[in-house]
Amino acid sequence: MDDALVFHRLQFAFTIVYHYLFPQLTMGLALLIVIMKALGLRAGGERWNDAARFWIRIFGINFAVGVVTGIPMEFQFGTNWAKFSRYAGNVIGQTLAMEGLFAFFLESSFLSLLVWGERRLSKVGHFLAALALFLGSWISGYFIIATNAFMQYPAGHAVAADGTLRLVDFGAFVLSPWALVQYAHNMVAAVVTGAFVMAAVGAYYTLTGRHGPTAALFLRLGVTAGLVATLLVTLTGDRQAKMVARHQPAALAAMEGRFETGAHAGLVVIGQPNVAARRLDNPVVIPWALSFLAFGTFHAEVKGLDAFPPDAWPDNIELLYYAFHIMAGLGTILTVIALVGGLLWWAGRLERSRPMLWILMLAFPLPYIANTVGWMTAELGRQPWLVYGLFRTAHGASPTVHSGTVIFTLIGFCGLYLALGILFLFMIGREIAHGPGPLSPAVPRQAEPVHV
Amino acid sequence: MFETWYAIAALMLALYVALDGFDLGAGIVSPFVARSDTERRQVLAAIGPYWDGNEVWLLAAGGALFVAFPRVLASGISGFYFAIVLVLWCLLGRGIAIEFRSHVADPLWRAAWDFVFAAASTLLAVFFGAAFGNLMRGVPLDREGWFALALFTDWSARDPVGILDWYTTLTGVFALAALAAHGAVFLAWKTDGPVHDRSRRAARRLWVAVAVLWPVVTGASQMVNPSLFPGMGRRGLAIAAALLAVAGIVVVFVRLARGGDFGAFLGSCAFLLGVIGASAASYFPVMLRATGGDALSLTAYTGGGDEAGLRVALRWFLVGAPLALIYLAVVFRLHRGKAVAAAEGEGY
Repeated sequence: MDDALVFHRLQFAFTIVYHYLFPQLTMGLALLIVIMKALGLRAGGERWNDAARFWIRIFGINFAVGVVTGIPMEFQFGTNWAKFSRYAGNVIGQTLAMEGLFAFFLESSFLSLLVWGERRLSKVGHFLAALALFLGSWISGYFIIATNAFMQYPAGHAVAADGTLRLVDFGAFVLSPWALVQYAHNMVAAVVTGAFVMAAVGAYYTLTGRHGPTAALFLRLGVTAGLVATLLVTLTGDRQAKMVARHQPAALAAMEGRFETGAHAGLVVIGQPNVAARRLDNPVVIPWALSFLAFGTFHAEVKGLDAFPPDAWPDNIELLYYAFHIMAGLGTILTVIALVGGLLWWAGRLERSRPMLWILMLAFPLPYIANTVGWMTAELGRQPWLVYGLFRTAHGASPTVHSGTVIFTLIGFCGLYLALGILFLFMIGREIAHGPGPLSPAVPRQAEPVHV
Repeated sequence: MFETWYAIAALMLALYVALDGFDLGAGIVSPFVARSDTERRQVLAAIGPYWDGNEVWLLAAGGALFVAFPRVLASGISGFYFAIVLVLWCLLGRGIAIEFRSHVADPLWRAAWDFVFAAASTLLAVFFGAAFGNLMRGVPLDREGWFALALFTDWSARDPVGILDWYTTLTGVFALAALAAHGAVFLAWKTDGPVHDRSRRAARRLWVAVAVLWPVVTGASQMVNPSLFPGMGRRGLAIAAALLAVAGIVVVFVRLARGGDFGAFLGSCAFLLGVIGASAASYFPVMLRATGGDALSLTAYTGGGDEAGLRVALRWFLVGAPLALIYLAVVFRLHRGKAVAAAEGEGY
């Protein structure tokens, strides 16, 4: 079974990383669309409705891909992680089922009204459809985070006589402090993606001299939302790192490539973990900073990996270390970009600053990468546990699914998702080439003749 | 508490079949009832506001099984690994086909997605029917409550069984006919013009096929699972559900002959709810029947989780489920009347 475990993990990692490229944008955009539709309710707010219309189309395409790549995630708990499902279903089944009941029904019922219903609904009605999608996607995010938070920081459970978990305190489970902090960090990070994508499209149109007034709105909302969101990401990230320091000290040690316990711990800026030799090569370190950031005092002791038996170490220290450092580095870069962009906007020079427009146009992949490696930090840091401290990943896979089967489906997912990615880029490229525009006249315009 | 959750899971699955069944069925019959591009878009406009929400009932039913019967879910989903992944791939292709098709006004693009939509809908109906057949026939559960099934073995319904054998293929074909018939009456209700007329004609033929296959499948089920019908005779709920199914099919035939498309659709829903309900009520308390003897079967009592957790879950379920039904009513209300193909770039 051990050889199948690698492929179970690979398939889950691949499908979840791919899936999350879409919800991070739709959750972020949902908030920005609600803001645009709210501004559009005011007298003379029509230009905001034009701006929203474009992003609703982008949202619709992303949402569709998010849905079809999300369904396999739900099922993989059963297909690939059957022993884990049997072990923890009574607890995490709660949040996963609640997601369906409280979020998916809301989203799926009002999606077509948001995407296709502008003419059918009143202005307020269309705003409410946007609000429903925002609420649905953010509720959905909460239940997934609460599920993951339980795996990171189990709360509200007890071990039953047969060795499986049972729920004893629903409130402690659903509203665990870990879930609240992780949710805040994750959601503002999704807003960063939405804001930078919006600013990138605005910058592209401005640089190419198209859709000037609407592009200015994209830039304005993208940069201001990006500035607020990047600052909040830093704040919430600090809170989350403190929780990791307290409750997952082995994960923190691996994230920092810290092999030796000691006080006055320095914060590693760059360096290469050499696990065999148990040291960090070529380290560039800010002295005492880690002790302060993790525990609030410069002399606090920060545990290194030497404080833990090797079978409690995260099983991919190098990847975890790089994931964390890339996330932190990109977070810093994005904050600086948003700050400079915000200052230029405040000075009224953003649309004329070509270097800044180039930077904004090219920066949109960075939040995607940051979100992805952020999740990798959380998930690799949780290893070797599936439920932290309680249940090992090695014990969670389906007992009757062998590696030949998993490799088959993994290859299938790779092929399908490659095709899906190409299609997605094609569709998004068309929308961006087409650009924003007013609501077409009430009389349906003549359709291009299509013969089937 | 386990009885309640068994009923909830069965009801949600039955609702899934009745709701997603109509859009799956619309996909199955779409190549036959809708020929021009405008007609195809009429079909998509008819199911467009509903299909995604309908599919959520499958996820919600899965969620209910997960929280209430983790052992059953873990064994069942991993044991049917291949079939589940194939279902996921079909759902993926189908969802993309519906959402992406009308974005591009190119005949080849649209023809390709029309094919994916129809083919994936057809395969899904067959797979869901075969899944039902597997539950009725049983699976080779071991002492730990695990099993693994190949897609096919020697096509006999005896050990070593595969996911597909003569019996489960038969239930798959029955599901295909039933969902196609269900989709045809839905399209007859929600469309007008040539699509409506063709859907009605298709519905008449398909319901004859359903009426012929139903007793055949029932007889075959008795052969592979002799305990099913004695269980049914003792249970009022099972008999009531069976009567609902019979009443449903009668209403369908009457309405198809005399007109009244909405009535036919309601009859069709009643038939599907009745068939699933009668099967579930007869099957109780078994959830995964073992081919190696009843002692190995997973039941609502041996496959369930902790009761306290289920009591908590019941509370939020009773808040969430009415909300889902309200949304469904709102969407049906907002899209009342016949569906018309949207203008280019304005809808499905």
